[in-house]
Amino acid sequence: MKQVHVRWFAAYRDLTGVESETLDTEATTPAALFDELKGRHPRLGARHAALVAINDEMSDWSSPLNPGDTVLFFPPVSGG
Amino acid sequence: MNDTPLFQVSATPIDIPAIRQAMLDTDCGAYAQFEGWIRNKNDGRAVDRLEYEVYEPLAVAEGLRIIEEAMQRFKLKRAMVVHRSGLLELGDSAVVVAATSPHRDEAFKGCRYIIDEVKVRLPIWKKEHYASGEREWVNCQECENPRN
Repeated sequence: MKQVHVRWFAAYRDLTGVESETLDTEATTPAALFDELKGRHPRLGARHAALVAINDEMSDWSSPLNPGDTVLFFPPVSGG
Repeated sequence: MNDTPLFQVSATPIDIPAIRQAMLDTDCGAYAQFEGWIRNKNDGRAVDRLEYEVYEPLAVAEGLRIIEEAMQRFKLKRAMVVHRSGLLELGDSAVVVAATSPHRDEAFKGCRYIIDEVKVRLPIWKKEHYASGEREWVNCQECENPRN
């Protein structure tokens, strides 16, 4: 088990009802963490076009998660 | 060369003449500028206004990366982006991309590359406010579990 911090943005913040949370997880990747958090936040849907960052660096869904990481979940972006 | 930041997030209306002034360069024969506007409809729905949420630390870092890529790939002399945050009204400028190069082809192509990448890579989200009173995050039809 390791402790990680999670931040939700835009639509994800609305769907989870929280801006950030800290939890203990066995997830080894952001993808697994997102799937685990769907249990805690049942309004969350598929993450098809979503992006993820770890510690303020754009990341992959399969990157390794380390204790103390802050994982930022970005719903599909719509700038420009 | 002036020290105007190449990627900026602005909570107030974008000062477009200031961008042109910052880009002005007598080595260059071409200045291309793209401006994105707030349109009065999207997907057949009447839009009243919209708001942009920007996660600034990463938007700036990734925005600078895109500018660097464009400068290298298209041999631009300089490129710059200003993106709005907050509440915008119809006709407001949402984003301005500017590029200079000795000749027009590179300036056009560089400008196009930057806006295309900005739209898919930067942590920026648009919430549309419709004439009907509803509000919706754009591109997020699948964000919510359909079983709810």
